[in-house]
Parts: sequence; C-alpha cells; structure tokens
Amino acid sequence: MLSEIVDIIVYILLAIGVFFNLLAGVGLLRFPDVYTRLHAGTKCTTFGSIFICGSVVLLGLKYWIQGNPEYSTLSIHTAGALIAILLTNPTGAHAIARAAHRSGVAPVRAIVDDLKNKTVEKSAKKKEVKK
Amino acid sequence: MLAFVVTTILCFITYLLLTTGSGTLGLWSLEEILFGAILSLIVGFLARTILIKDNFRMANPVRWVIFIVYVIGPFFVSMAKANIDVAYRVITGRINPGIVKISPDLKTDLGITMLANSITLTPGTLSVDIDEDKNDLYIHWINVKKKALEKKPVDYKYVCGTFPNWIRRIAE
Repeated sequence: MLSEIVDIIVYILLAIGVFFNLLAGVGLLRFPDVYTRLHAGTKCTTFGSIFICGSVVLLGLKYWIQGNPEYSTLSIHTAGALIAILLTNPTGAHAIARAAHRSGVAPVRAIVDDLKNKTVEKSAKKKEVKK
Repeated sequence: MLAFVVTTILCFITYLLLTTGSGTLGLWSLEEILFGAILSLIVGFLARTILIKDNFRMANPVRWVIFIVYVIGPFFVSMAKANIDVAYRVITGRINPGIVKISPDLKTDLGITMLANSITLTPGTLSVDIDEDKNDLYIHWINVKKKALEKKPVDYKYVCGTFPNWIRRIAE
C-alpha cells in the first residue's frame, strides 16, 4: 500500500519536472535574444531537474528501505548530480551572458543598459597588474 | 597541518558517500574503505592550499545551518515564483528587458559568487558581469520596473530582495 503511494508521488514529481523542462524548450524558441533565452534555459531546466532528481532519489530510498542496500547508490549519486547542476548551471549561464555582451550583442528591446558604459580595457589592465 | 586534516576528512566523506552499498561492513566493503583512506591522504596533501585559502571562517556549523535554512526557505520560494513568472512570459511573450547595476556591498569572493548564482536562479534576473573593484553586479532583468530606475545604482531590494542580508550572515 505505502509502496504504491510512493510510486504515485514519483510519477507526479516526474510530470512536474518534465513540464518545466518542456517550458524551457518553448522559451528557447519564443524569446527574441540570447539573454532572454538564457532566462528560460537556466531557471526552468534547473527547477525541472530538481523535481526529476527528487523522484529518482525517492525511488532509490524506497528500494533501499525495502532491503536492497545497493540502491543507496542511486539516491546518493543523483543527489550529487543535482548539487552539481545547481552549481554549474548559473555559472555557465553567467559565462555565456558575459561573453555575449563583450562580443557586442546588445539586448533586444532594452530600456536601460548600464553595462554599455563599462570599459573592457580596465579589467584587462587589472589582470596584468595581478600577474 | 589543520588544512591538510580538514581536506582529507572531506575527501574521505565524499568517497564514502559515492561508494555506499558495496559490501557488508556497514554499507561499505573493507577494500573500499582502505583505498578511500589512502586516496584521501594523497589528495588532502596535494590540495590543502587550494580548498582552504586564508582562514577557517566557513568551518563554523552555525553558518552551515543558516545556509541550509536559506536554501530551503527564501531561496526555494523565490525560485518557484521565478519559474511561474518565466512560464507566464514564455506563454504570453510579454517582456521588458534591460541591464541594471546593483551594489550589494559584499566583500568576500564566496559571498559574491553565492549571490550571483542565487540571482541567476531567481525571479527574472540573470547576472551578466561583475565590477571587480567594488564587487558591483550587472544584472539582466527581464521585466524592469520604472520605479527602480529613479536611483543609480539600482537599489538591490528590487532585484534580489533580502538575499544579500542572508549571504552576509553566511559568508562574512
């Protein structure tokens, strides 16, 4: 009985995760420029991955408690993968956005752009001093 | 010396977590435990100056507890809000973007990294660049509020709420 309830929760979590990952895909197609596309690509995929990883962790815990200790690997490795996604996804998005702005891509339909006034040479000079 | 011990213990715990269910000694087999110990000693010796740079500020358990409360509480709530907001904008296509500058006034590298990652994962904001002299962040904002633009640099309350206060408690 309890095992079936856990199964249903796992299905619900998977459905939520897949829904948000689908939204990320739709957002990539609909938004006009690289920055707004990154919004869809980072937030929705991370949030969807939390639910998908949560369902896998829950399933692994269920088998672990039922007496198969080798399924503990499933739970712990998936939790590790989730932490890696949470750390690397925003960092990668930040790197892409910074590279895009430095190579001259202006945000489409922007009403304000404070970064335009910042000169790149300044930070390059600072790196030379550090060396 | 203390840095070496801390790095070794962290490596050993990570190794044990990745090899659960391999044997009968608790959850591990004897070979895995011995090999993990040897590997952690080597890695701890090699990486002792990389993991711990200047001091042991982050070794305080109170900071870890605040960090966990922060991740589960305000961070997860605003992350859920962000996703509903982005879902709304994906479906309707209503956007009003711009890049603004905020000065959260954080001093450590770890703190500014955590804030930048939190900002990227929460409501309609994406960190684009950093001013390394003053630790100011440049944020791409998908729905710029007119009210926030009256003052420059923009007040961080509009962009990321109370996150800088939480992170100041965790990392500084």
